[in-house]
Amino acid sequence: MNERELLDLLLADARRSTEDLARMLDADEAAVDDAIERLEEDGVVGGYQAVVDWGEVDEERVVALVELNVTLDRETSYADIAERLARFPEVQTLQLVSGDYDFDMRVEGDSMREVSRFISDKVAPVPEITQTVTHYVMDTYKDRGVNFGDGDDDDRLSVSP
Amino acid sequence: MSEQDRSGDVDGTGPGGQSEDGAFGISQRVQETPPSGIRRFFELAEEAEDVISLGVGEPDFSAPWAARDAAIHSLEQGQTAYTANRGKRELRAEIARHVDAEYDLQYDPDEEILVTTGVSEGIDVALRAVVDPGDTVAVPDPTYVSYAPGVTFAGGEICQIPTTEDEFRLTPEAMAEAGADEADVLLYCYPNNPTGAIMPREELAAVAEFCREHDLVVLADEIYADLTYGQEHVSIATLPGMRERTIVFNGFSKAYAMTGLRLGYAMGPPEVIEACNRIHQYTMLSAPTTPQHAAIEALRSCDDEVDEMVEEYDRRRRFVLSRFEELGMDCFEAKGAFYVFPEVPGGDAEAFAEELLTEAGVAAVPGDVFGDGGAGHLRVSYATGLEDLKEAMDRIEAYLES
Repeated sequence: MNERELLDLLLADARRSTEDLARMLDADEAAVDDAIERLEEDGVVGGYQAVVDWGEVDEERVVALVELNVTLDRETSYADIAERLARFPEVQTLQLVSGDYDFDMRVEGDSMREVSRFISDKVAPVPEITQTVTHYVMDTYKDRGVNFGDGDDDDRLSVSP
Repeated sequence: MSEQDRSGDVDGTGPGGQSEDGAFGISQRVQETPPSGIRRFFELAEEAEDVISLGVGEPDFSAPWAARDAAIHSLEQGQTAYTANRGKRELRAEIARHVDAEYDLQYDPDEEILVTTGVSEGIDVALRAVVDPGDTVAVPDPTYVSYAPGVTFAGGEICQIPTTEDEFRLTPEAMAEAGADEADVLLYCYPNNPTGAIMPREELAAVAEFCREHDLVVLADEIYADLTYGQEHVSIATLPGMRERTIVFNGFSKAYAMTGLRLGYAMGPPEVIEACNRIHQYTMLSAPTTPQHAAIEALRSCDDEVDEMVEEYDRRRRFVLSRFEELGMDCFEAKGAFYVFPEVPGGDAEAFAEELLTEAGVAAVPGDVFGDGGAGHLRVSYATGLEDLKEAMDRIEAYLES
């Protein structure tokens, strides 16, 4: 079985049943199960999550993108700082990036106050961090490949040659 | 979609035959041409509620955004004039590059390529360009619904070549038996609508040899060429001695999901493309301009989107084939287009399709619509999202068990 194709299918929709995956891959169900298990064990697949449009939920949810600048010394690497930050459950995504700042961090919380407090109390005091710039997300149009707008209606004729 | 749109022709055959009392005496040619059987099914499907349609002969995707964006940009720039009769030079150059890279076909953009308003127009002008009254055009049976009427409109006769016994592929034996050795033209569509069959190289070579031996020219509708699974498409024009006797038709409707933009192209030797263009320049002037801008961009930058669509079709194809096997409905392994062509239990496809629609809420076109050779089969289109396909197959299963 083509594991890359299995990955593509899981990326598009991780909730498909093993039975359906097997049909689409023209493979045995047992083989698909084994392959998924292997992908998980090897750390290729780290987890499965829903893509939620919080704009559609009657509840406040605040997302902030935070730029972090850091200084390194002989004892401290990017990975050391990242490890420390990643322990906080508020941090959803943490990436080392090229450009004007070092880390790109996505933080989620139930209110702006909570997120602001988290950044000022937990992130800014980290000694290696020299600067934080916080961008609050105002609206989300597309997340992880999923468009949050109205989908394209199927306007095709129901039967055509 | 508005009611008005919905009531329109599905296939251009119009609402019926002749006017009985009107001032117009409808021409013999038109009176001889029955309305397409697709239409009756379309009307039935429109009346029913909660129907999942596996009867659609076009992609469920939209055209790649880059192509749509290029069309919009051209409108913003005010590019709404006619193009050259043969189509924009820039587009023809892109087509030449594309077919060389994809299918090993070499055509000169100035003399050997004609951009048409869909492959439909291309085939119409080609038939009128090469068929004289009394000439015979051989077509596989079953086949796409427009070919026989197109031949009639051009004044030709049809010779049907049964393909049902050969998994819907053409064979020299079936061609000889049907009398196609006496025919002047062979017109086909592979990858095939309605069956999903493809012509592998070896089988195609045998057909090519038959055409050379019996002096047939070939009109090869290759609109589904990009949609093959596990096997590369082979164009008959690449086989020895065939380029000079073949017109290849392709377009943007299927691979680039641009059906409504109506854009195709015909490629062949200069003299026949010039003849096609003679008709085209008087009757069409030029293919629509906006889609030509979309098409240039599609050829330049949308390969990835096409690949993704093809991969998605393939997954659905495997899913549907696997379900039909499980349901015990015999279905050969269709490797092209986006159709499978299972046999219906009991053998009466019309009755089965009608019951499936009214009892189970699944629309699929009975194979008879595409010619007698399609009898006993159902054309199932998998140009529909997987969730709907799953539900449709579950409904078919429940219907078969009831």
